[in-house]
Amino acid sequence: MKEDVLLTMRHIEKRFPGVLALNDVDFTLRKGEIHALMGENGAGKSTLIKILTGVYQMDGGEVTIEGTPISIHSPQDAQNNGISTVYQEITLCPNLTVAENMFIGREDSAWIRHKDYEKRADEILEKLGIPTRGVTQLGRCSLAIQQMVAIARAVDMKCKVLILDEPTSSLDDKEVNMLFKLMRDLKAQGVGIIFVTHFLEQVYEVSDRITVLRNGELVGEYPVEQLPQVELVAKMIGKSLDELSNLGEKNEKAAEKNDVFYEAESLSSSQALPFNFKIHKGEVNGFTGLLGSGRSESVRAIFGADKINGGTVKIKGENVKITRPIDAMKHGIGYLAEDRKRDGIIAELSVRENIILALQVMNGFFKPISRSESEAFADEYIKVLNIKTASRETPVGSLSGGNQQKVILARWLLTHPDYLILDEPTRGIDVGTKLEIQKLVLKLAEDGVSVTFISSEVEEMLRTCSRLIVMRDRHVVGELKGDDLNQAQVMKTIAGGEA
Amino acid sequence: MNNIVGKRREPLSDTKLLMTITISIFVAMYLLAMALLGGGFLHPQQIFDMLNDNASLIIVSCGLTIVMIGGGIDISVGAVTSLVVMSCVLYLNNGGNIFVAALLAIGIGLAFGLVHGYLISYLEIQPFIVTLAGMFFARGMTTILSVNPQKVTHEGFQSLRDVKIEISWLGYTAKNGNLVPARMELGVVIAFVCLIAVFILLKYLRLGRCFYAMGGNQQSALMLGINVKRTRFLSYLMSGCLSGISGFVFMMHTGAGNATNAAGMEMNAIAAAIIGGTLLTGGVGNVAGTFFGVLTLTTIKKIVVSSGLNDPWWQNITTGGMLCFFILLQSVVLSRRNGKKK
Amino acid sequence: MNTKKKFNLSLGQLTIPIIAILILVVFNLIRDPSFFSIGITQNNDGNSVLSGNLITVINGASELAILAMGMTLVTAACGGQDISVGAAAAIAGSAFVKILKSGDSISVGTVILAFLFACVVAMIFGAFNGTLVAVFKIQPMIATLILYTCGRSIAYWINGGATPTVQSSIITAIGGFIPGIPVPTPVLIVVIVAIIFKLVFHFTSLEILTQSVGINGSAARLNGINSTFIKLLSFIILGVCVAVAGCIGVSRLGLINHETLLIDIEMDTILAVAIGGNNLGGGKFKISGSIIGAYVIQMLTITLYAMKVSSTDVKAYKAIVIILLVVIGSPVVKAKFEKLMTKLRSGKAKETVKGAE
Repeated sequence: MKEDVLLTMRHIEKRFPGVLALNDVDFTLRKGEIHALMGENGAGKSTLIKILTGVYQMDGGEVTIEGTPISIHSPQDAQNNGISTVYQEITLCPNLTVAENMFIGREDSAWIRHKDYEKRADEILEKLGIPTRGVTQLGRCSLAIQQMVAIARAVDMKCKVLILDEPTSSLDDKEVNMLFKLMRDLKAQGVGIIFVTHFLEQVYEVSDRITVLRNGELVGEYPVEQLPQVELVAKMIGKSLDELSNLGEKNEKAAEKNDVFYEAESLSSSQALPFNFKIHKGEVNGFTGLLGSGRSESVRAIFGADKINGGTVKIKGENVKITRPIDAMKHGIGYLAEDRKRDGIIAELSVRENIILALQVMNGFFKPISRSESEAFADEYIKVLNIKTASRETPVGSLSGGNQQKVILARWLLTHPDYLILDEPTRGIDVGTKLEIQKLVLKLAEDGVSVTFISSEVEEMLRTCSRLIVMRDRHVVGELKGDDLNQAQVMKTIAGGEA
Repeated sequence: MNNIVGKRREPLSDTKLLMTITISIFVAMYLLAMALLGGGFLHPQQIFDMLNDNASLIIVSCGLTIVMIGGGIDISVGAVTSLVVMSCVLYLNNGGNIFVAALLAIGIGLAFGLVHGYLISYLEIQPFIVTLAGMFFARGMTTILSVNPQKVTHEGFQSLRDVKIEISWLGYTAKNGNLVPARMELGVVIAFVCLIAVFILLKYLRLGRCFYAMGGNQQSALMLGINVKRTRFLSYLMSGCLSGISGFVFMMHTGAGNATNAAGMEMNAIAAAIIGGTLLTGGVGNVAGTFFGVLTLTTIKKIVVSSGLNDPWWQNITTGGMLCFFILLQSVVLSRRNGKKK
Repeated sequence: MNTKKKFNLSLGQLTIPIIAILILVVFNLIRDPSFFSIGITQNNDGNSVLSGNLITVINGASELAILAMGMTLVTAACGGQDISVGAAAAIAGSAFVKILKSGDSISVGTVILAFLFACVVAMIFGAFNGTLVAVFKIQPMIATLILYTCGRSIAYWINGGATPTVQSSIITAIGGFIPGIPVPTPVLIVVIVAIIFKLVFHFTSLEILTQSVGINGSAARLNGINSTFIKLLSFIILGVCVAVAGCIGVSRLGLINHETLLIDIEMDTILAVAIGGNNLGGGKFKISGSIIGAYVIQMLTITLYAMKVSSTDVKAYKAIVIILLVVIGSPVVKAKFEKLMTKLRSGKAKETVKGAE
């Protein structure tokens, strides 16, 4: 089938210090096609997109538009070549009107004729079926509409390639449908759409083709009808369906006999739908599912990190109220957040100070940890976790990602929690340390600590967890234990979803 | 599917809402004063007096509104005004000509605006510190020029000062039976010209909308193709220019240069802008609102005086209280609005 | 950000203020070698006291140094500045005088009571500012604009519109010299306040909590820190500093003049914090930097006076120095400097046989 090829990327290579982010990646986009680009963290999706949008420069490879090679050195170049991007974070100005947002930065004259702009905007909005008016202040529109206005701007700029980067993350079902209708309309007009998302069902609902990346390499490009969900999931996060092996040596059974340490019923937060959950003393459980399936939101609700909307929580059988992180901490719960830059490290403070922070907060305002004590703690954990740092006084911001992660891990270990939640603790860490952390998790469980382990790498969780809760698109779709704990079953549950 | 039906009522934008609140409060206050206190409030001349006394404040407040919409701050405006006054007075007294004096005024203002804009926009130094230094420099230069007050002796200027626009039908009958027409100084006309010019800039010119964009979300403005550095630079340039004009108008009103001229004007301008609905965080604001902010501030002071609360501390305390009220009001109104929407 | 530290003689944040002080000292010594001579003279009460330019500088900067210490904390936690400290000091000073004049005579007990009263009053106003900032999330500069506008009038009202004088040897001693101690009392008070800060940081976890809140509010929250409390506390502590500064100011003059007491000191205070190498946007801080910054400002002023610059013109020269300092410290200039240094270094490295650094 020789369809009109709109965009090709061949042999794309991109390096960062110490990491090969993209290795010989190809990508093809045809006219009037919705093409989903998928991959987990570190797969290279966002790097590829940033090369297309001119934020990064590729180290090797070629990009062509309608057959002509182009070079993109800046966002302006990308735009001049007809490549428009709509990001997850709205890059419009909420204090201006819809019409102004559509035309600002590219007006033809210095004099703004508001009425004209609003009329033009209304025409475009009506054509695209976006339910708002040019005269409305953007900030008063829902996020979905704001996103669609961003798309309208791109369309008005006669874009050929439209990149939608995680457009549906904050939308509800109705809004997603609105967006899809718009995308289909654009498709009919011949626009090529690159749809970056992690929501499986949406991919299957609206895409024509899927390209999967993993670890900076191209896994393959497939027409959507030729790739069942289970296979897609396998290509993204696992080994191929043939290579399944179950690496055993863990505790499972023992834990179930212990008392329940933490139990939640209908726990819901501003970010998480109501769910039930319980964990025994000394048990290791995991939340799995693709990125964005709601794993982090659920554990944040356990820790009280988001606004709690409802539900009851029991610790050691007694009702407790956990509405803020300090409540959780006082009950012996620790939480290593997923986004260590935003929620974890205090960049300008030293390694030592970062390590003792949580313990310090728990000790209270009037019981400062003495300098010598904190130095001792820091030294201990630097040794135990093999943290590579020039000294314990080095600002944590200058450490590598993996070592930063170890510092935060040290921080929570120092509080000797009864229940430790680790959200992607091994992301960005070298293989050797990954194994160490897994071993550490098992040892903690042996010592009676409950652990919740979240990772994008299913093998890791299979190796350590005795129970896996599977989530998809914000819902719990299954709980696996015992014999069900194998790659195949996990994939199937994530993709297909039987409980 | 198309639910855009005829003339649907559009909810007010943030800017307009805050401004509406301010104007309502001002009008209510004034009416109350007219009813309860009578006296001077019943004469339109009262308003003209307020305008005459505050023409220069109105002008710098316009400049400050521009800067604040862009997300910045300029605390040098009072000091620059004062420097301009002293410079022009000395120039005129040494046989200068009025037209050149006006150019000198604008020139000094522009010079400050240029330096501020460059340091803030291109060297990325914090606006507070830069304009603070500007303020120190201007105040210092004023006294270096002359420690003692200097009166204008230039004849042409004196006659310019005496120009008053009279509106007889808005006048009142004085105790001795004479009809005293309402009087407005030339400076007020200049202030209105500035107000209108800045209003047009902010609403109808691309540069004006860029100020809003930059203040609303700097990152987005960049992504939308706006030259943020240049836009920011121009906002400070304009504030400087308006400070220069304000200095000339100030001189027209007082006729003398004095080291303590316009002391505290910057804080009054900021307060006026805030009361008028401009947010320090940027992206929201309107010179019409600022104008009413100035009127509100002045009215409060006049109300206090007319109420017989003669002790001077009452004026400042009520101003402070009013400011507190508006700040809290803004904070509550906006968080309600933006919280509900999502 | 860390390469800068390597270049700057590993003094870190304190580099700029220390260099500034050294430049000023050297400049003065060149101009007038006897500038810093310290002598012992007899003051009015017949006591032997230290005197000399150096003493004048250190003495005169006392209120500024104390305010700068408190302001550092507020800046660090809230990422903004409190522009009402001068007005608040006037209020505190007025409260101080009111109690002093409430009785017939002034004893040490009266003074202590008056000081405590001033503290409470200042802390209440600090809490007011703190609540606007921490609870209502209003920007510090805007929130404190309120007190800036009406603070001095409140001070005026406290004493019924008068500018009462206070006659007391105790007060004179506080503002000047305690008989038998050659060091000016305000300097001693600065030392005491600095020691108290040090003790507070030693016996509580305030320092690390404040820095965490200022650097990364989101992470601070997830570690259980109550940001609202920390921000509010910083304003209350500044309130105590304000009270101390106000009382010293009153004691120097023996009277309270709400118009002129510590006028314009807020700007100098913010400058002191900035010169001290603290980030005006909040985060890591060093109180010692602000203290040095205060002395830099005072030294600059005294130097200019010594060069026969009149007190009204001082502002202009101050402005030039400030601009120079911030330009050197600006990120853009620093980055260009870095590039230059790297070029020079790599030029040198090429000369050595082994290129690898």
